[in-house]
Amino acid sequence: MFGVFCYYVSMAVIKVENISKNFGTLKAVDNLSFEVEAGQVFGFLGQNGSGKSTTIRMLLSLIHPSSGSIELFGKSIQKNRASILEKVGAIIERPDLYPYLSATEHLQLFAKVRKQKIEASRITDTLTQVGLAHRAQDKVQTFSLGMKQRLGIAIALVHNPSLIILDEPTNGLDPQGIADIRALIQHLAKEEGKTVFVSSHLLSEIEQLANQILIIHQGKKMVEGVTKELLDPEKRIVQIKTMDDAKALATIVASNFNQYLLSRKEGIFLKLPTSAIPMLNESLVQSGIAVLGIETKNSLEDYFLQITSNA
Amino acid sequence: MWSLIQIELYKIFRRPRTYIAFGAIAALIVVIQFGLKIDGDTYAGFLMKDINDTLTVDGKVLNGYLICYILLQLLLVHVPLLVALIAADMISGEANLGTLRLLFSTPYSRTHWVLAKFIAASMYTILLLIWLAFLALFVSMWIFGTDDLFLMKSNYVVLIEQSDVLWRYVGAFVFASFSLLTVTSLGFLMSSLSSNSIGPIVGTMSAIVFFTILSTLNIPLFNLVKPYLFTTHMNNWKEFFDIKVNLDNEAIRGSILNIPKIKTSIIVLTLHIILFVTASVIIIKKKDILS
Repeated sequence: MFGVFCYYVSMAVIKVENISKNFGTLKAVDNLSFEVEAGQVFGFLGQNGSGKSTTIRMLLSLIHPSSGSIELFGKSIQKNRASILEKVGAIIERPDLYPYLSATEHLQLFAKVRKQKIEASRITDTLTQVGLAHRAQDKVQTFSLGMKQRLGIAIALVHNPSLIILDEPTNGLDPQGIADIRALIQHLAKEEGKTVFVSSHLLSEIEQLANQILIIHQGKKMVEGVTKELLDPEKRIVQIKTMDDAKALATIVASNFNQYLLSRKEGIFLKLPTSAIPMLNESLVQSGIAVLGIETKNSLEDYFLQITSNA
Repeated sequence: MWSLIQIELYKIFRRPRTYIAFGAIAALIVVIQFGLKIDGDTYAGFLMKDINDTLTVDGKVLNGYLICYILLQLLLVHVPLLVALIAADMISGEANLGTLRLLFSTPYSRTHWVLAKFIAASMYTILLLIWLAFLALFVSMWIFGTDDLFLMKSNYVVLIEQSDVLWRYVGAFVFASFSLLTVTSLGFLMSSLSSNSIGPIVGTMSAIVFFTILSTLNIPLFNLVKPYLFTTHMNNWKEFFDIKVNLDNEAIRGSILNIPKIKTSIIVLTLHIILFVTASVIIIKKKDILS
């Protein structure tokens, strides 16, 4: 029994292995791999157009990957689509809805496509949860963008899914709305034990929510790690600039500094204690590498902006 | 599956656009019925002018059955355009609205959704036809009364006893449902190819006009393909009103002159429906949902 429990806790709810998606000559997602464990709030970060939505659409089998594999709840999404999606709720990009239907009608329609019977009280509760109970009978064409976003989240939640995928859920919301959605996501993860996969182009938003962060840029994984560690104020993010980056990287990988390596794709980035910076410099110089500079980034935000602006 | 059909029907009948076709058909029929009620005798005289010297016709020529025949001749050419308004929007309209991704990320497969949408669109088409039948046949019977059906064909005259007419209309409407379902499935195919609403609607209408012209033109080259075009067969509901005669040239009650022609047309139309819907399912299954 204990063994089963441990397995469940450590089980990867999402397991993505080497997925790529090409649209003609455009590589929207490039050899991306990651895992999301049960009960996590997983932050999926990247600029607009970085491949976040394409990845999310592949998770939901809306887009067929050019290569690679996707498993949700330990099963291939391609082969077990119906049973997997029964346990998933999602909003993807804009909250596009039927303008001629009311909020309640939307939830009633989407409740109908689920195997389990969804009671009318669940629909009312879900609308209350997202703060739309007072507009339940109003047609969506009278809703603001923020209200549509809330209704989109309600549709994702109405069948009580285990995995919730939210693509830019705070788009169009006012500050109070953003705070409400943030509180809702935290409630879903902490109180209800849901796994939440949330994407955004704003680090400030993700860092307050997620246990784990993955940053992608131009379809490639730039960095992945535990939020607390990535945002640890005791450690600095540094970018090493040398005359021979390939040799420098090889030296770092072969040394103890490998554990601090953050990214090697858009330059050599490490996250390491301040006291280790001179030792790193010394190590590189002793290896015969001319160090042009060691640039310190103050925060993950600086780092995020640096790697995403290098394009 | 039934849940999906219910959802699709609910969406169809909550959209104001749905009722345009019902309103347009009602308006057209009422206008024509009004015109014929006011000035029907002149119209009947015009119809009969070529045979008045050789034939004396007793009774009420301009009765509900003839009015219905006239209405069907006029409207069954244009109803496909109204059907296209909904059918060609079933998938592309959702893609344009952005709701297709909501539907396709539910546990039901794309095949289920496409078939549910097609069935719902077909039910709409059949309802439209029933509405047309009610107004054109039963309202005309109520306004103009009933009598024998007197039809002027291109080089002969058909006279069908009134007690032998009603079942022919039932047959004609059933046949018309195959014609309109072919249009529905064509609209559906167009809809699966696009992510905007207007293109498939215009595309379906253009295809109908294009193939109707090909079916009508009497050019030997086109005659080779004519038997395979759905537009060639769509108007064969009229075959229900061609009656066999005996050696004394008397009409044989309950007969149809060319049953094989009707059967062939139904087979060709059904094959078109299967082809168009299958193609739609294959296209949608392979498609990346980017909208």
